[in-house]
Amino acid sequence: MATTSAPTTLVETTSHKHRSMWMDVWFQYRKHKGALIGMSILLFFVLAVLLGPYIWTVDSQYVDPLVANQAPTIAHPLGTDNLGRDLLASMLEGGRISLAVGFTAMLISLTIGVMIGLIAGYFPRMDGPLMRLTDMFFALPILPLLLVILMLFREPLRTAFGPETGIFLLMVIVIGITSWMQTARVVRGEVLSVKQQEFVTAAISIGTRQHRIIGRHIFPNVLSPVMVAAALGVASAILTESALSFLGLGFPPDFPTWGRLLFDGKDFLQLTPTRVIWPGLAISLTVLSVNFIGDGLRDALDPRLRGR
Amino acid sequence: MGRFIIRRLLIAIPTLLVISFVIFAILDLAPGDPTSGLPLTVPAEVREQIREALGFNKPFHIKYLLWLRQFVVYEPLSWLDQATGISIGDAANRTRIVSWQTRGPVTDLIVQRIPQTLWVLGSAYILGILVAVPVGVISAYKQYSWFDQLGTFFSMVGYSVPTFFTGLLMIIIFSVKLGWFPSFYNTMHEVTDWESFIFQIKQMIMPIIVLSFFNAAQLSRFTRSSVLDNLNQDYVRTARSKGLRERVVLLIHVLRNSLIPVITLMALGIPGIFAGAIITEQIFRINGMGQLLIIAIQGSDIPTVQTLVFIFAILIVVFNIVADVAYGLLDPRIRYD
Repeated sequence: MATTSAPTTLVETTSHKHRSMWMDVWFQYRKHKGALIGMSILLFFVLAVLLGPYIWTVDSQYVDPLVANQAPTIAHPLGTDNLGRDLLASMLEGGRISLAVGFTAMLISLTIGVMIGLIAGYFPRMDGPLMRLTDMFFALPILPLLLVILMLFREPLRTAFGPETGIFLLMVIVIGITSWMQTARVVRGEVLSVKQQEFVTAAISIGTRQHRIIGRHIFPNVLSPVMVAAALGVASAILTESALSFLGLGFPPDFPTWGRLLFDGKDFLQLTPTRVIWPGLAISLTVLSVNFIGDGLRDALDPRLRGR
Repeated sequence: MGRFIIRRLLIAIPTLLVISFVIFAILDLAPGDPTSGLPLTVPAEVREQIREALGFNKPFHIKYLLWLRQFVVYEPLSWLDQATGISIGDAANRTRIVSWQTRGPVTDLIVQRIPQTLWVLGSAYILGILVAVPVGVISAYKQYSWFDQLGTFFSMVGYSVPTFFTGLLMIIIFSVKLGWFPSFYNTMHEVTDWESFIFQIKQMIMPIIVLSFFNAAQLSRFTRSSVLDNLNQDYVRTARSKGLRERVVLLIHVLRNSLIPVITLMALGIPGIFAGAIITEQIFRINGMGQLLIIAIQGSDIPTVQTLVFIFAILIVVFNIVADVAYGLLDPRIRYD
């Protein structure tokens, strides 16, 4: 380990100068090829959906029956759908929503998971009830319940916040509150072990207040599993959203996500198979690269592996 | 062990009660109405009578308890009645959970759907296990070999690529382009001779490959890491230094120990089969339990949805117990007190 001050590492420190912990993590992360490729693919998708609509300015809702059901051409690089709408424009717009759902739902689930994990791990009195709650959530049949909730609350939220925002809110909240359990368990376990260490005892003995102990001393030390959970959370949220859209219970047709495009395309398999391939590839590549990033992060954040 | 099983079963009861309450409560908020599917010519007072007869106007907690009684007491009794002819209690006046769509008992609908789901998804799960365990063991044994690299990559792909994409991709390639397999599953098909048997195999191939690839991906990752953990243990070195053959060390000493957590995971995955059914059955148009749920949701058939979701919940809880018990039985180091 390069950061310890053993005589053998003296030579190393002179050649590498100062290296912070995050630089160490980055050096280790760079060794994981899959994680690097994954990161560049994800970056490409994020940039494409953010900047793409400014470069490819075709309106994704523009209906032109004369060019319906076309295979990829120069005017429409990814082809057109059965109404003659440009698929590249739909893909860019859909990707924006899909990725936004993925990241927002992950943030919600991570926040709930970390809060519950921290409280359950730090306060012994809360441990029992909160872990029972976690167990109960684990026993819920998530996908059927998600479908049911979407069916029930689609209309009220749609009227309250408008079609796009309403469904978006419903989607991220519902995915968020049904996917926090794994994070909570892992964080609780880490907190339980960190809490036993001397620096926490030292902090308590000099009279540090509880929220400072949790915020300054415990939380930074459980950050590694949280970051891994964040990466995996994005992947599973994108998958869940596309699965729900694929079942026809996700976003409405005017606001296509990748899952929705796949759902719409599956009835035209004979005519334009590309309509299924583009969104499917986008979902698969995004999830695959996020999973590889998670793998790389897990290796890089493990101090036993790092610096070898 | 017996005491542990009994205690686990007793803990499961309140869990299931809470879950059933949550499911019932969520669905009771639904704007559905049992008479919405009737023709408009049915007068208002008749509708009111139908609602009354179905217990739709009662307060929430009464409705919940009535539903629970139907689910826990009446349905099993009716099933017993149908299956064996033994009728306990007042069989004729027992109200059953009735679907708003078909007006028939929900359990009959489910019983019709179970064979398709079990056939396709069950065989996919078994095939997945048969592929995953050897792949995981070889990957771990030859760590960083080309086989391991390939296996790890494919399991990552299988884990990340959603089944609805692999399924549609297979339909495009093998049904649309090549025309080898039918693109949807015909449940009316009966196996009577060799030809129809071949057809049955053909229509099952694609759903089974798609699902078993997905199942195998997760299991082989897990098997690999479990075998890796065991390969570094002292008992393996002891076995080797005793002069045991490598085959014996791997297949008897290591494999038996590393399969303990894998078997637990297999048990935990069984309820997932049914959840996976929701998507797979939609891709290949199989009319199993998953499709029944989707149809019921789209038609706001609340009783069917409630029953199905609760059955899914029961499966999860039951297989959690099975996994715990299996773990205790297989691993003598685990002692439950």
